[in-house]
Amino acid sequence: MIYSLLVLSCPTSGNCTQTAAAFAQCVIARGHSIHRVFFLDAGTYTGAAAAVFPQDEADRIKPWLELAQQHAVELILCISSALKRGMLDQSEARRYEKQASTVHPAFTISGLGQLVDACANSDRLITFGG
Amino acid sequence: MGAVDKKSVLVVVRRSPYGSSLARASLDVALAAAAFEQPLRLLFMGDGVLQLLAKQESEAIGVKNIGRLLTSLPLYDIERVYVDAAAATRYGIDLSNAPVTTQALDGPGIHQLMTDCDHVLGF
Repeated sequence: MIYSLLVLSCPTSGNCTQTAAAFAQCVIARGHSIHRVFFLDAGTYTGAAAAVFPQDEADRIKPWLELAQQHAVELILCISSALKRGMLDQSEARRYEKQASTVHPAFTISGLGQLVDACANSDRLITFGG
Repeated sequence: MGAVDKKSVLVVVRRSPYGSSLARASLDVALAAAAFEQPLRLLFMGDGVLQLLAKQESEAIGVKNIGRLLTSLPLYDIERVYVDAAAATRYGIDLSNAPVTTQALDGPGIHQLMTDCDHVLGF
């Protein structure tokens, strides 16, 4: 079965995004596939490249990087949600003349059409957070 | 977008209009789905029925007017708009003056609507 995930909550508030990443690993382990993970609203903070977590707390970005590296899971940040939160990849940082990109390169910034496409091409779309 | 399939999508709006950015985000998802010609239904539930208040004046708090956005839904061919009747009653929403025409549903009606859709996106 083809799954996509919609992640709405901020990674530093509660553990919803960690649950989402763990769910994705379970889906893959059971022989299903993840078509796409779409991060919307505060969920876009998940892609923060510069986030530093205390040693006694879980690293909130690592599970997503593992999904991207091990299983080529597509991680998309909603562009309108991301930009207003200061989440810019290199090309957006250039476009808006900001000093640095803030998004980890494992994440792609794109539009809501990617969520619509995920709905159309997935058997299940699971929402986390909000 | 490489969509081959059309799946019916229900966007469930449960956020009050100016309490969180998710209120606006849920409507943006609905508009995007409509722009890509996906069969879309919209359901206002719980606190989300407050989005249906007439005469919203959000400009004073520097936020885009959600009521005005709702009036544009028919232009995007979003015509299947539903409301949780019990919540509308609880909040005293006058549905006859709401920014968009809605169909009121009771509990079993909401259950049926969710069952009928391929995907339910809850905000």
